[in-house]
Amino acid sequence: MTTPMTATLPTLTATDEPEPPGRKRRRSRIHRASPLTYLVMTFVVLGSIAPLYYMVVMASRPNSDITSNPPPLTPGSELGNNVTRVFENPDVVFAQALLNSLMVATVATISVVTLSALAGFAFAKLRFRGKNILLLGVIGTMMVPVQLGLVPLYMLMGWLGLAGSLWSAVLPFLVTGFGVFFMRQYVMQAIPDELIEAARVDGASTTRIFFQVIFPALRPAVAVLGLLTFMERWNDFMWPYLTLAPENPTVQVALSRLSGGYYTDQALVMAGTLLATVPLVLVFVLFGRRIVGGIMEGGVKG
Amino acid sequence: MHLRDRLARIDIHGAPYLFIAPFFLLFGIFGLFPLGYTLWVSLHDWTLLGGNEGWVGFGNYTELFNDGYFWNSLLNTFAIFLIATIPQMIAALALAQVLNASLRAITVWRVGVIIPTATSVAAVGIIFTMAFSRDFGIVNWMIGLVGIEPIAWNQERLPSWIAIATMVDWRWTGYNALILLAALQAVPKDLYESARLDGASAARQFWSITIPMLRPTLMFVVTVSTIGGIQLFTEPLLFNPGANAITGGDIRQFQTSAMYVVEQAFTGQRFGYAATIAWVLFAVIVLVSLVNSLLVRRIRSAD
Repeated sequence: MTTPMTATLPTLTATDEPEPPGRKRRRSRIHRASPLTYLVMTFVVLGSIAPLYYMVVMASRPNSDITSNPPPLTPGSELGNNVTRVFENPDVVFAQALLNSLMVATVATISVVTLSALAGFAFAKLRFRGKNILLLGVIGTMMVPVQLGLVPLYMLMGWLGLAGSLWSAVLPFLVTGFGVFFMRQYVMQAIPDELIEAARVDGASTTRIFFQVIFPALRPAVAVLGLLTFMERWNDFMWPYLTLAPENPTVQVALSRLSGGYYTDQALVMAGTLLATVPLVLVFVLFGRRIVGGIMEGGVKG
Repeated sequence: MHLRDRLARIDIHGAPYLFIAPFFLLFGIFGLFPLGYTLWVSLHDWTLLGGNEGWVGFGNYTELFNDGYFWNSLLNTFAIFLIATIPQMIAALALAQVLNASLRAITVWRVGVIIPTATSVAAVGIIFTMAFSRDFGIVNWMIGLVGIEPIAWNQERLPSWIAIATMVDWRWTGYNALILLAALQAVPKDLYESARLDGASAARQFWSITIPMLRPTLMFVVTVSTIGGIQLFTEPLLFNPGANAITGGDIRQFQTSAMYVVEQAFTGQRFGYAATIAWVLFAVIVLVSLVNSLLVRRIRSAD
């Protein structure tokens, strides 16, 4: 496991140096974009959006249009009808699946954000024995793929009596090494030591300092880490696919069940995919700058 | 010593451990324990319903060595991984360079590039599977415009690999480009200025400054992509809709090793054997990561 660890370390030190919040100075040092650059970027972004556009086209057409040649290229008028059919589908209770995903992602997000802030603060500002080696351990955990433990994890859920329940989908994701690391970086940059010392002189305990001084100051980091974690859990597929009861899936698993029959109702599947995708893409567009900043600071993979 | 001071001492020394304990506790139970226990299970004949049916030592490992389906899955995994990763790294590097220019409305472009990453892997699998369908898929229609015969993407080996690699690349190229962009922006500008004064060409600057300075980040991006690539599961699973999705096509032409783990564990109900495949796969990841780091290290010594 040494290689992956050394692989992450340099990126860590790179983010250690405080960056000025304004982008102006940095921008002026870089060469201006040529029209060719805009042309290339336009193609790239069109390529990014094209499959999603294709999804909208398919979701708004009747099945007879989808199985025609040439394939339709513009949206049709059946969106409402297809969406209604998704919710009325007897095999997969789609509304419940949406709700399940919302619950799973919310619980995991709250837990990851809170526990990462606690541990990140400890690693950034508190002194204790074994700190460096434990921090290295945290970074190492980022490299342990949860999928490879899936057989015993499945057994573990059975022993705990949680097999098939939503808890089994949540429990393995209540903490992430990335979250701790991300918070540590932020605390180091954003919270001056004097702030903590002043609170200590006033007689505040460490716990009190955390909840009354640190946590409120972490709001921007909480927002970014929260969004990234929510996205990762909302989009998760493999583990919920294995662990959840077939009649009580998350939305991604429900999608695969919609598309998995012998005869696939493609308009229905696409409408379902649209419903599962649009909320998150909207969040991305709305909070784009913050999320992109968070990704560039750390490097998360969902 | 007063009670108050004693409490303060306990607070100073104890609080840090109290703060990091939840992380290590939860990770220990749900992260580390399964990983170690997989090894134990792999040394047994262990079934989904019957539980532990006895020690077999390395029996599962010997069987794995002679299991054609396993080698087939490993071949598929590596083929898809290579077909996906090599163009992806080149494209991400190029894209990072382009994004490093001072574009107007920079956030719009960056968000545009990252949108695929926000799309769930299940959605990607479903959308692309439909796009790659033989009779009415948009991909065959488009290649038909330039006179290429329709391809049965999920029937033949190489086309199915390419289709799955396309799904992976669509989702991750922009993400990797942003990570590389962050590293690119940390490269001191003076380096380029003095190189320009020395008369170095743009290509020369790229190979002698940019690539060596990006080396740690490149290593990170390649490592993460490798781990993701070797665990590839959902895209090929959804590329073969139907009851036998887990076999990755009629002749297992695109069954990855992660799919084979799940097939053995849940369809074949052989937990012990599935655990064996999982461990071998883990070893493969470590091995490939080592090779990667050697390759990336070589990049620097090349100049």
